[in-house]
Amino acid sequence: MKARIHVFYKDSVFDPQGSTVEESLKRMGFNKIKNIRMGRVIDLEMDYDSKEEAKRDVTKMCERLLANPVIESFKHEILD
Amino acid sequence: MKAGVITFPGSNCDDDVVDSLKKVGGFDVERLWHKDTPDLSSFALVVLPGGFSYGDYLRCGAMAARSPIMEKVKNFSSKGGFVLGICNGFQILCESGLLPGALARNLSLNFICKDVTVKIETVETPWTRSTEKNTTLTLPIAHGEGRFVIDNDGYEELVKNSQIVLTYQNNPNGSTHNIAGVCNKNNNVFGLMPHPERATDLRIHDGLKIWSSLKIQLGLHS
Repeated sequence: MKARIHVFYKDSVFDPQGSTVEESLKRMGFNKIKNIRMGRVIDLEMDYDSKEEAKRDVTKMCERLLANPVIESFKHEILD
Repeated sequence: MKAGVITFPGSNCDDDVVDSLKKVGGFDVERLWHKDTPDLSSFALVVLPGGFSYGDYLRCGAMAARSPIMEKVKNFSSKGGFVLGICNGFQILCESGLLPGALARNLSLNFICKDVTVKIETVETPWTRSTEKNTTLTLPIAHGEGRFVIDNDGYEELVKNSQIVLTYQNNPNGSTHNIAGVCNKNNNVFGLMPHPERATDLRIHDGLKIWSSLKIQLGLHS
């Protein structure tokens, strides 16, 4: 079983990296970009019997280490 | 009086902290290792030095905050022990929940290494006792992730409890309300991005004021 986790700065926290990449792309002529947020993707391989159990533990991992709730939000998907 | 300096894998200011504590005198300095779980009850002070613990992987200070020794540090601080986090140490204290807020990427995305001027916002802390309010200190900074971030409610709380200790005169990294250093509510835990241990010589020496404040607090002759 696999999980893919996405961690981003919360919308309320300015993301200088996303903003810099956005400016570069616009300079290259991609003028239709409205906003870029850069984040982190974490892929996990796991050995769980049930998706529910995996989902519960992945949520705990995010809350306790993989994301900082003060400045970041996360979402995850459990893949077969 | 015993002072402990913790080394995490990737700490690189631990020697400087040890040297400056020896220089200001009065402390019996002991090195501590992040994987150990020492009895800290005989210590007066524990310092988390600067550096790049765990290579700054994931987030600065995130994994160091989950080191075995940090449970001991939390326990030590809950009993009133003095804990100081400098630069990466500040990031570790925020990540461990001992201090509010978080430290995010500098607005400029640059690693900034220079002397800055910080203003003393309160002298009612063990860390600023021998300074005067609204005076300034010149201290070096060296960080890529030093932008202090806290939400409005958190900021109001900091103001209400006079937990903001230092603010930048010319905000180098985009920190919320120019914040350079904060205390916990009880004032026994202090984190700051500037390096007082690198400002104890002839070139710049304002770091000594932080150490001498602490010595007065601890009843050591300054």
